[in-house]
Amino acid sequence: MSSRKYELVYIVSPDATEEQVADLHAQVEAIAQRLNGQIEKTDNWGRRKLAYEIGPHKEGIYVLEEIAGDGELMKEIDRRLKVTDLVIRHLVVRVDEERSVIDRARTLRTETSRRRRVARGLPPDRQPGEGQRGDGDDDRDDRDDAGLDG
Amino acid sequence: MNGRKGTGSRGGRAGAQTKDGAQRRPMFRRRKVCKFCADKIDDINYKDVKLLMPFVPERAKVLPRRISGTCAMHQRKLRLAIMRARQLALLPYTAE
Repeated sequence: MSSRKYELVYIVSPDATEEQVADLHAQVEAIAQRLNGQIEKTDNWGRRKLAYEIGPHKEGIYVLEEIAGDGELMKEIDRRLKVTDLVIRHLVVRVDEERSVIDRARTLRTETSRRRRVARGLPPDRQPGEGQRGDGDDDRDDRDDAGLDG
Repeated sequence: MNGRKGTGSRGGRAGAQTKDGAQRRPMFRRRKVCKFCADKIDDINYKDVKLLMPFVPERAKVLPRRISGTCAMHQRKLRLAIMRARQLALLPYTAE
């Protein structure tokens, strides 16, 4: 039942070597496997300038992991990253709920737009070259409103 | 009332016009629209720095709703995304 999804981003010290970064990833994976979790995606953003200095560091190596697992697993990962000196900052975010909300909003909108288009006697999907005119119309409406106000 | 209006019409209107001209011209602006509603952006993600940047100007504070015109729902999501991005040093907390 614990099909939660989390995003973990950690910033590794820029002094770290490739092997050390790979080693960290392996550690995270090991914890995930031990606690019935699974890493679904890994994305190494590489070296990035930090927006502000963290201790002595001005840049860092960013790594993003998408993990399916439960809260206990993330707690353990969080604890481990906290005590790892090589990791200068990390963030765990639960994403499954937000994603379902986003998906729902998206499908709802496409469905309503389709329904309206059909009601107006148009094909349900937008035709190429149609968007321009619609946008222009919106703009004109705005200007009319502003004119009445002034 | 009629007479008063008649006699004072010129001066009054001219005065009003200059006043209006001085006051209303700068007041006249385009109605603000929530960027996220207009562009149909559902996902305000903390990783999308390019999207968040315009909402944290110079001093690196969150741009208030009254200026950006963002709707309440999207401002909440935006705030959360900015706060997360700050934790990861993707955005600054302050400008030095």
